Amino acid sequence: MISKLLKSLGKHIDSFLMTCLLLTMLVGLFVLYSASGQSFERLYAQCINIIVALGFMWGAANIGPTKLERIAMPLYVIGVLLLIAVALFGSISHGARRWLNLGIMQIQPSEIMRIAMPMMLAYYFSKRESKPVLADFAIGGLLLVVPVMLIMKQPDLGTALLVAASGFYILFLAGLSWKWLVGGIVLFAASTPILWPLLHDYQRRRIEILLDPTQDPLGAGYHTIQAIIALGSGGIAGKGWLNGTQAQLDFLPERTTDFIFAVFGEEFGLLGILLLLLLFSLMIMRGLVIASQAQSTFSRLLAGSITLTFFTYVFVNMGMVSGILPVVGVPLPLVSYGGTSMVTILLSFGILMSIQTHKNLVAN
Amino acid sequence: MRPEVKDYLYEQYHFKLRLGFTAFAVIGLFVLLAFRFFYLQIAQYAHYQTLAENNRISLVPIVANRGLIIDKNGVVLAHNFFVYTLEITPSKVKDLEATITGLSHFVEIGALDRKRFNKFRAQSRNFESLPIRTHLNELEAAKFAVNHYRFPGVEIKSRLFRHYPLGKLGSHMVGYIGRINDNDLVGLEKSDQLSNYKGSDHIGKSGLEQFYETYLHGTTGFQQVEIDADGHAVRVLSSTSPTPGDNLILSADSKMQEIAETAFGNRRGALVAINPKTGEVLSFVSMPTFDANLFVDGIDVDNWKSLNDSLDKPLINRPLRGIYPPGSTFKPFVALAGLENGKRTPPFSIQDSGFFTLPNSTHHYRDWKPGGHGMVDIQRAITISCDTFFYGLAMELGIEKLTAFVGHFGFGRLSGLDIKGENAGLLPTPDWKQRRFKQPWYQGETVITGIGQGYTLVTPMQLAQATAILANNGVAMKPHLVSKIEKAITGQPFVIAPLIQDKIEINAENLEIVKRGMVDVTLPGGTAASIGANAPYSIAAKTGTAQVVGIRQNEKYNASSIDERHRDHALFIAYAPAENPTIALAVIVENGGHGGSAAGPIARKVMDYYLLGKVPEVEAVGADKKPSASTARNNAPTPEELHD
Repeated sequence: MISKLLKSLGKHIDSFLMTCLLLTMLVGLFVLYSASGQSFERLYAQCINIIVALGFMWGAANIGPTKLERIAMPLYVIGVLLLIAVALFGSISHGARRWLNLGIMQIQPSEIMRIAMPMMLAYYFSKRESKPVLADFAIGGLLLVVPVMLIMKQPDLGTALLVAASGFYILFLAGLSWKWLVGGIVLFAASTPILWPLLHDYQRRRIEILLDPTQDPLGAGYHTIQAIIALGSGGIAGKGWLNGTQAQLDFLPERTTDFIFAVFGEEFGLLGILLLLLLFSLMIMRGLVIASQAQSTFSRLLAGSITLTFFTYVFVNMGMVSGILPVVGVPLPLVSYGGTSMVTILLSFGILMSIQTHKNLVAN
Repeated sequence: MRPEVKDYLYEQYHFKLRLGFTAFAVIGLFVLLAFRFFYLQIAQYAHYQTLAENNRISLVPIVANRGLIIDKNGVVLAHNFFVYTLEITPSKVKDLEATITGLSHFVEIGALDRKRFNKFRAQSRNFESLPIRTHLNELEAAKFAVNHYRFPGVEIKSRLFRHYPLGKLGSHMVGYIGRINDNDLVGLEKSDQLSNYKGSDHIGKSGLEQFYETYLHGTTGFQQVEIDADGHAVRVLSSTSPTPGDNLILSADSKMQEIAETAFGNRRGALVAINPKTGEVLSFVSMPTFDANLFVDGIDVDNWKSLNDSLDKPLINRPLRGIYPPGSTFKPFVALAGLENGKRTPPFSIQDSGFFTLPNSTHHYRDWKPGGHGMVDIQRAITISCDTFFYGLAMELGIEKLTAFVGHFGFGRLSGLDIKGENAGLLPTPDWKQRRFKQPWYQGETVITGIGQGYTLVTPMQLAQATAILANNGVAMKPHLVSKIEKAITGQPFVIAPLIQDKIEINAENLEIVKRGMVDVTLPGGTAASIGANAPYSIAAKTGTAQVVGIRQNEKYNASSIDERHRDHALFIAYAPAENPTIALAVIVENGGHGGSAAGPIARKVMDYYLLGKVPEVEAVGADKKPSASTARNNAPTPEELHD
């Protein structure tokens, strides 16, 4: 009876992905406990986050890709409208206009876009009767640029980057020709002098400090410098759990959220990092396999985009903590403290699982 | 035109191709990250390990206890005690005004405290911890401790404070410490002492506190402390104890100091007493004095103004920096110059008719006694302070020989006392005058140099040292206030041995003549007969009066008609017991008038105490005090003493 129930509950759960997810989140809880100064409160809150997020994952996994395809366009339209609403009536906190006050609750429409963007573009390309032509990519590009610009204006560079990446992966996987791809990159590089003044001061500052963190060792460069010291002083085997001096003595800023990876690297060393990289690689490879086996254009594009966006999260976070990328507010997925990112990540894994487990039911 | 119908197989193939590409890209980028981690955690491990250690380990200085200053009998003149201070680190406080106002609800903070705090702020860097209130009592400390959480950046610290228990007594000798300023920092950097002053707020600013700074300060200890990012200590890793500063044992006696200072009353002046055999300074008095405790904590504006603007100039170290014409106290040394140069050999005498004139001149160099002293030989010339005798002697000696000889007694150069800021005084020569005024030397200037007037300027210290050299038969001992430097913990003393500075070859007979003349000064008929009256030991002395304003020819000096600050300075030098001197001293009472009557009694009280242990009866303090009946009879000045 119970085993039957469990079986029906786990019908749409991919066991390989689930194992990797649980292992990574377990590691995350250990690191969080250390990073928060051994706070059970934080640990408890994160557990609640995980449970809620797992609920979302389960829900997504149980919705078939065809249903997802149907809600793609309405979700996207609602998302864009909400973003416009934010730009007009959003409430400001910490100098950014990101939240929309709906009276009973506050929502952050840019988070909806993380899911809505790849779904919309995958939907758009799956509806092309023929091999997509340049005009399709132009329309796709427009669908991508509008919300990204709205998010960038808030300003929220981290989210804008990830939303843009998720859309870009769809364009790429849908077959955007190399010629246009390379051309676009060259065009982007050439336009940096024009884009540069459009960035906010703090965003420009972050890029400058990436190029030379010692410019401002006690100010904006402090994060990066302390994170690199934490990582470097971890050595091969690390200083041991709860023994990272940079973390335990408060030298690391934001160490439960965006910089939690530095705590991990300090306490578990290179070996720990390689193990974590392995876990992430396994999940990404699994995602790519799911994408390659998906049966519809919509689901394969969506699966590919979700997987690569997850990779982008990991790469950007580790890159910024280790000082090779600018500090943009991107958490380390499954490890950083925070409910929103946990929900978005697990929700996207739920979609992956849905694509994987519903494929036999979908007629081609 | 629509392109060809979708080829699902081709599309899938194409998609997988792209997917494969991304898989390689993912692996490639992860490998790139792995290289980055390898670089940071293996290749640069040592570097980042060091940085992490530097982050977490802080060297906290432990300030050494400053050495004590103790008089010869063990009376403490400078010591330390712990007090609670309330300190603010301005960089950690958002609204300084609000914080101070908030603090004032728990701890009394006066306008002066605020003023001083603002002064410190102007002089220091923002991240230093600065006192807003010192000397908190237990109740105030407790009140603040309870409310500590409300005031980030404010802390109670227990600090060692310097205290001078005798207050005003001997403050010019002991000196004081003050907060380290930029000048001090430059000095410390030059002497490579900066690291030893980590954590020290104070440094010797004057007197012995300044001169013996390196001994008194001690060696700062250090604690290796693990700190968090806010700089709070988490635990102590290791520590090196500080070595307390050495204690200074003086040759001076605080009781004698008190007797001397009391004897001055509210008159200005200086007294220096030296043991001629050892060079130990027995008393070092500068009047008026000031309370050195005012300076320790940073003197407030009002106190500073009242001290600095006072006409009495209490902050001037008169024994070392006050320069005065030596007046007649110069005569014994001029006499010796005459004898040694063969210009005056007994029984040479002059017939003094009350004035001296240079050949081919009608200018009268007057003797203090109208009508003159009659027949005067060199010994009697000292005893009665005959000006006419010394006018002629100086002229015959010539200025070069005169200054060259008396220069051996230390005039015109630094005595080398262990206090900084000494003035060298002035022994004039024609060369000097040419350089200074671009004028030739006039013979008349030589004449008045013979009686210690003119350009010649001496400090009380020099005068006392010259007297000591004379008393010690020409052997100059290096003067020093500190006789022993003692290690604080072991008590192991370093004794400052008597050091011969110079030896003047003087014919014993000549010396005897001058000394006899000086002994007679305190005997009936001498200019200081009252000073010697009833003394169970013999005193050799010389009185002096130094003109503050010139008196025109044919004008009579009338003390009562002259503004007090224009009255003559009273000088007095002496040593005793005359046959085997153990104390030599010089006393100057500014605008005191006559040396014998104004300065002499002070010297007598000091000698009585030093030689007999006699403590004077308590009398009303003041310059114009009436002598008690018994002393009035014995010590009443004779007419002879009212001039010299």
